[in-house]
Amino acid sequence: MTHILPLFQTSEAGYILSMSTPIEHIRNFSIIAHIDHGKSTLADRLIQHCGGLTDREMSDQVLDNMDIEKERGITIKAQTVRLAYTAKDGITYTLNLMDTPGHVDFSYEVSRCLAACEGSLLVVDASQGVEAQTLANVYQAIDQEHEIVPVLNKVDLPAADIDRVAEQIEEVIGLDASGAVLTSAKTGLGIEDVLEAIVKQLPPPAEGDASAPLKVSLVDAYYDPYLGVVVIVRVVDGILKKKQKIRMMKTGSTYDIDHVGVFGPKPVHVETLGPGEVGFLVASIKDVADCSVGDTITEERRPCAGPLPGYKDVQPVVFCGLFPMDASDFDDLRASMGKLKLNDASFSWEMETSAALGMGFRCGFLGLLHLEIIQERLSREFDLDLIATAPSVVYELTMTDGTEIELHNPSDMPDVVKVAEIREPWIEATIFTPDEYLGGVLKLCQDRRGIQTELTYVGKRAMMKYELPLNEVVFDFYDRLKSISKGYASFDYELVGHRPENLVKMSILVNDEPVDALAMLVHRDRAESRGRQMCERLKDLIPRQMFKIPVQAAIGAKVIARETISAMRKDVTAKCYGGDATRKRKLLDKQKAGKKRMRQFGKVDIPQEAFVAALRMDGV
Amino acid sequence: MINPGRAIGPQYGFGLYLHWPYCQHICPYCDFNVYAAKDRTTEPLFDAMLADLAAQASQLKGRAPLSSVYFGGGTPSLMSPSQIAQFIDACTAALGLSERCEITLEANPNDIRLDRAKNWKEAGINRISLGVQSLDDRALAFLGRDHTAAQGLQAVETVAHIFERYSVDLIYARPDQSLAAWREELTSLLSLKPPHLSLYELTIAPKTAFGKAAQRGTLIPLDEEAQADLYELTEDLTAQAGLPAYEISNYARSKADQSRHNLTYWRSGDWLGIGPGAHGRLSLDGVRLSTEGRARPQEYITAVQNASHPWQTETALTAEETAAEILTMGLRVKTGIEQDRVNAFLPRPIDKARLESLQTEGWLSLQEGRLCLTPSGRLLADRIALELLR
Repeated sequence: MTHILPLFQTSEAGYILSMSTPIEHIRNFSIIAHIDHGKSTLADRLIQHCGGLTDREMSDQVLDNMDIEKERGITIKAQTVRLAYTAKDGITYTLNLMDTPGHVDFSYEVSRCLAACEGSLLVVDASQGVEAQTLANVYQAIDQEHEIVPVLNKVDLPAADIDRVAEQIEEVIGLDASGAVLTSAKTGLGIEDVLEAIVKQLPPPAEGDASAPLKVSLVDAYYDPYLGVVVIVRVVDGILKKKQKIRMMKTGSTYDIDHVGVFGPKPVHVETLGPGEVGFLVASIKDVADCSVGDTITEERRPCAGPLPGYKDVQPVVFCGLFPMDASDFDDLRASMGKLKLNDASFSWEMETSAALGMGFRCGFLGLLHLEIIQERLSREFDLDLIATAPSVVYELTMTDGTEIELHNPSDMPDVVKVAEIREPWIEATIFTPDEYLGGVLKLCQDRRGIQTELTYVGKRAMMKYELPLNEVVFDFYDRLKSISKGYASFDYELVGHRPENLVKMSILVNDEPVDALAMLVHRDRAESRGRQMCERLKDLIPRQMFKIPVQAAIGAKVIARETISAMRKDVTAKCYGGDATRKRKLLDKQKAGKKRMRQFGKVDIPQEAFVAALRMDGV
Repeated sequence: MINPGRAIGPQYGFGLYLHWPYCQHICPYCDFNVYAAKDRTTEPLFDAMLADLAAQASQLKGRAPLSSVYFGGGTPSLMSPSQIAQFIDACTAALGLSERCEITLEANPNDIRLDRAKNWKEAGINRISLGVQSLDDRALAFLGRDHTAAQGLQAVETVAHIFERYSVDLIYARPDQSLAAWREELTSLLSLKPPHLSLYELTIAPKTAFGKAAQRGTLIPLDEEAQADLYELTEDLTAQAGLPAYEISNYARSKADQSRHNLTYWRSGDWLGIGPGAHGRLSLDGVRLSTEGRARPQEYITAVQNASHPWQTETALTAEETAAEILTMGLRVKTGIEQDRVNAFLPRPIDKARLESLQTEGWLSLQEGRLCLTPSGRLLADRIALELLR
């Protein structure tokens, strides 16, 4: 949630907030859906129906504020909106919609949102059916003991097959789909039915005690350039109000509340937030890091007895180096990463110096999409030219002296004789695919050292579960899966722990000099083919020089693959007279500038682009 | 160490380049400042050139006379003999011509007739550079030339009859050209015993017809290896025939047959540029000025006529730019370039260690303070200049 908030509005014409809703008239819910199944469009419709925004203010996918979210059609950060809905029973309900990200990388956000709700809408595209991500998120909701209302969306499409998809929901997920609401968020069909189902089928929040000591769950926090940190909260007990002195139970820090409010979806001040209600507070908090998500907020003067159960901590699972293309941008990069971190506490880094790429950062991400989004935001919002090294995973090393090490960067791999065991992270992947692509998908999984644990059919779609080393997935697994299945397969995963494997560090030597940025850990059985690929690729990527250059892949001192870049034979202007002197000089200036963008390894100049291209594993 | 004032200047040659921008038709490989001649009258352009010459010369009073004049283009052989004579007279009046002043005219084979050649000689031309380009009719068609191989040979014969000093141009390393084919073509030219040859590898420039064809993939340039082989064969054949290379692409029977005008460029002497898009270099108190005429003939003419508008841009080169020019141009000549002249413009002299490693690797030798490329170094001249300057 990076929106720059407009100035607070204290009231909205035609939209009156219920200030203190009786708890039985509150419904807190989230929407679970696969990408493109219409979650954001449905959310837009619900907001519109409840008058949260005028037609003029409605932009597509109101809740996806970031450009990247709008462009990719995905939700990255969780959002919350309060709606006032007057139901057919004549009662005006307060609905709190928690919009959640759909992607696996952000599942920690999903779990947080789900924890703040009592029920969920399960939105399934009536022509596409259940997808892998839907499954992962709906199981989380079931774990949280949510009531779940199935919603079949896009029923207006000719390809919609309501009976088949309903059957799928029952078979695959085990939910009763007989009461499924039929909608078309695009045309507006069935929106009121959805709202009625929310108030009739979803439970109100568990009874809280408004007079008890304040007990508030910290759902999320983000940085706003005008207000500082905005904290999204859900009240369990007590009343949250302006000027209260609050304490974060985990960090112990205290703040005076400046405002409390709700999103409708524009931020609106309210006097108080009572039990069961979801909203936000602003309290001159300077740093998002001071707000530990899942923490319990209480009143300094009258604290509650104990904290609420927290959320599990998030750990980065994928790492990569980020380096500025131009070394002089290093400080800019550092500052920009700091600004991003204000909104994304899950993004972490440490300084890294690479002989190949200069000064940069080793960054940790929640997954590949998270990595891609951070990279894109850095280059787009901060206008930085970046080089990203190949993503790598976190290896666990047991040393011969018994110590345990976490390895984030293959080039930091200690001497092999000191390593007793290397363990790499494994995942369990769930993949759905139309059956005509099954063969290709199975082969992809096998090639990536996958172990099949389940293969079932639902109609013409196969669902398979595979255990796979994360290392084999971080490169280009998802891209390959998409291309094999022409975009129809869906994929989700969860970490299942570290396993000991026969892993070796493969170094790449250019003109007999090891190139740190190209070092990688690979499975012994795959080392030779990977080494060969790398050498062949570098042979094409490193421009010829005045002498021939060996490119080698090696494990320790043993060379496992080798290519030779032959020497440049000719670099001379044929015709060079008076009028060419200027041209020649300008060309030389350009070449000199080009040289500055190269990194020197011994005598060899390697263009930075070569590193990036060498590490891109597409098509392999 | 010498001071910058002595490292550049007319003591390394003082030439004048006239650019005649019109051609009967435009060749598909040419990326010079050229325009189709059509039926346009050339008087306004010629008058503008005379005015340009007078104006530029007035800034250069007290200089030694010109050591060379070069009518280039475009196709300057489209100028009338009287225009040529008039221009040479104007040069004499404005700047003076040295006793052995070399006056070259570039000419196309189909402009060569015995009577015209005689007229040119009477006008003062004492050297012809003949654009034969190929002795293979299919290649000539590919190159978009409007003459045959036979016409080319005939033109060489005619020119040789009138002029003692002349040069023949050929373009090689054409797509698919084999070593054997080039050997045959070059050998037949050498049998005519020309005193000077310019042999260029076909260069595909981006904005030309060839450049566009290469981009579309309809023209596939010869690869680097094959080009290098052809270059080495060229050096061998010319040397055997007694016309060794004295510059990357230029070959001469003797020192006296070398192009004095072009040596002025390679030695970073001074020269005036006259005409649309013509480049000049003038040294004043150790600062090198780069001049460039307006490219479009009509704009050039209008600007010269209306003397309040500058018809050429004048840029003072920085010290490092000057050094880069002296080196890159100077390395092209077989006898090399004085290291001191390059260093005179560099904040730090050329790196000794780098120089030594280039010598041990066999790319370069140092002879009496001159940086000379070895035969294998010549093929990498641009790259070596870059190494020396970085």
